[in-house]
Amino acid sequence: MNRALTQRLGFSLLTLIALLTVVPILAVFAYIIARGAPAISWEFLTAMPREGMRAGGILPAIVGTFYLTLGTAIFSVPLGVAAAIYLAEYARENWLTRLIRIAIINLAGIPSVVYGLFGLGLFVFFLKFGTSLLSASLTLSIMTLPVIISAAEEALRAVPQAFRTVSISLGGTRWQTIRRIVLPQALPGIITGVILGLERAAGETAPILFTGAAFFLPRLPGSPFDATMALPYHLFVISTQVPEMPIQIQYGTALVLIAFVLGMNLIATVIRSRARAKRQW
Amino acid sequence: MAKSLTWRETIITAVIKTCGYSAIVFVALIFFFLLREGLPALSQVPLADLFSLRWYPIENYFGILPLLTGSLIVTVGAMLVAIPFGIGTAVFIAEVAPRWTREILKPLVELLGGLPSVVLGFLGILILAPFLRRFLDLPTGLTALAGSLLLGGIAVPTIVSIAEDALDSVPMSYREGALAMGATRWQTIWRVTLPAARSGVLTAVMLGLGRAIGETMAVMMVTGNAPVMATRWNSLFMPARTMTATIAAEMGEVANGSTHYHVLFFIGLVLFLISLAVNVAASAVVFRQKKRAERVLS
Repeated sequence: MNRALTQRLGFSLLTLIALLTVVPILAVFAYIIARGAPAISWEFLTAMPREGMRAGGILPAIVGTFYLTLGTAIFSVPLGVAAAIYLAEYARENWLTRLIRIAIINLAGIPSVVYGLFGLGLFVFFLKFGTSLLSASLTLSIMTLPVIISAAEEALRAVPQAFRTVSISLGGTRWQTIRRIVLPQALPGIITGVILGLERAAGETAPILFTGAAFFLPRLPGSPFDATMALPYHLFVISTQVPEMPIQIQYGTALVLIAFVLGMNLIATVIRSRARAKRQW
Repeated sequence: MAKSLTWRETIITAVIKTCGYSAIVFVALIFFFLLREGLPALSQVPLADLFSLRWYPIENYFGILPLLTGSLIVTVGAMLVAIPFGIGTAVFIAEVAPRWTREILKPLVELLGGLPSVVLGFLGILILAPFLRRFLDLPTGLTALAGSLLLGGIAVPTIVSIAEDALDSVPMSYREGALAMGATRWQTIWRVTLPAARSGVLTAVMLGLGRAIGETMAVMMVTGNAPVMATRWNSLFMPARTMTATIAAEMGEVANGSTHYHVLFFIGLVLFLISLAVNVAASAVVFRQKKRAERVLS
């Protein structure tokens, strides 16, 4: 066959594949926005659910997901960033560092439901935190850790070596160099990575199924030891477990969840592009 | 002053080091708890029963083979979707698309990666399953096929982003060399760029596979949850039940410490070991690639 013709056919095929991948993504978002928007009202966002969740709002699920995301951040951000500092600034290339890297890769690959089992075994039963916001946040933290470590390490490594050399040569200690020179430079990259990690945690259901999610709880959690409703789990419940659920509430909940997650994604993207524009190296 | 400074440095360094090791500690802890809660299953259920064909926990049938085959068939189906679409899209983005298209496509695919799987499952129930039922004239659309299609979509962003990185890191000079020898761009892609990036592409496929095996919510919502042994290829058009969905669906209802509880943890252990194998294999590919790159450059 003619080479030019082969190329034309091949490129058309690739274009078709890319379109078939991307168009459904757009369609999914457009469809949920179109079907969910009519459900959104002030009451839907700020009221408690009523009539077995078939009416009223989804406030406890929104607040629950917010708390879970916050709780996850409290544990995973300091730990993850410190681990990244260790890998980028302190660790030598030896077997231990290789082992840490393998461990991080594996943490990233463990199925989310297995995190749920682990959280149940360690936090709920062994440490007796019960089915609670605390147990669920801790479980999500460990799941988020590899994302934060990898992103933060990459951001730290992107800071030019010369910055460190100059700081050390001016008499700065290693920690002073990291804290005053390297960290501020790497901060936008770290924040972006953190938000992308938390975004994943906010949308997860399986890890909180048996560690902290409540089927129906028409009040806000009062302490870290309370169970909580959460948007993803709520969507699962009302789309599979509750008969005669008004379809509008289902689409409305899906829309709020997507808006929550995409809002975080958007913030991360803005921070990243603004930092890139400002960067001088 | 100098002394207090070194003190602080010592403490901070120690804290950072400890955090650095945390990933190892957590993997070990997860493994330990899965063993602790999962191994009792082996003493309570005879091995032959555990690897039998019937999963019906209420009557103490704990055969996990239907769940294994359920995961297998759904995952294989997902990869049949995700590999061509993932790699095709990656090649398109990296090699064919003009710059402005690339700038649009990449964030879009990332967007799919950020979509919570429960949302995909939700649309799967409301749109995909009814469509499959009518289109293929099935008794129910909640089948392994529906799970495969959704899982394929979930694995695609992973494959695209890693494969695209791999293609991107192939030196420009390789392509220029091929084009200078008179190859078309298409020939260059197939005979030079893709082969040069093959270990990265393989890693992408492995990690996509890992993602697919471990996915829980979307699969649980659309596969119909019937733990029947997948024996033939038409099992794809019947309801199925994966290992992940079984844990998610049943763990909430079992008594702490019962046989059923331990067996569910045992399934978790199996999943953990599978993901360990997949990820170690994927990173072994990466290490090999690095070594080869060093050889080529030296």
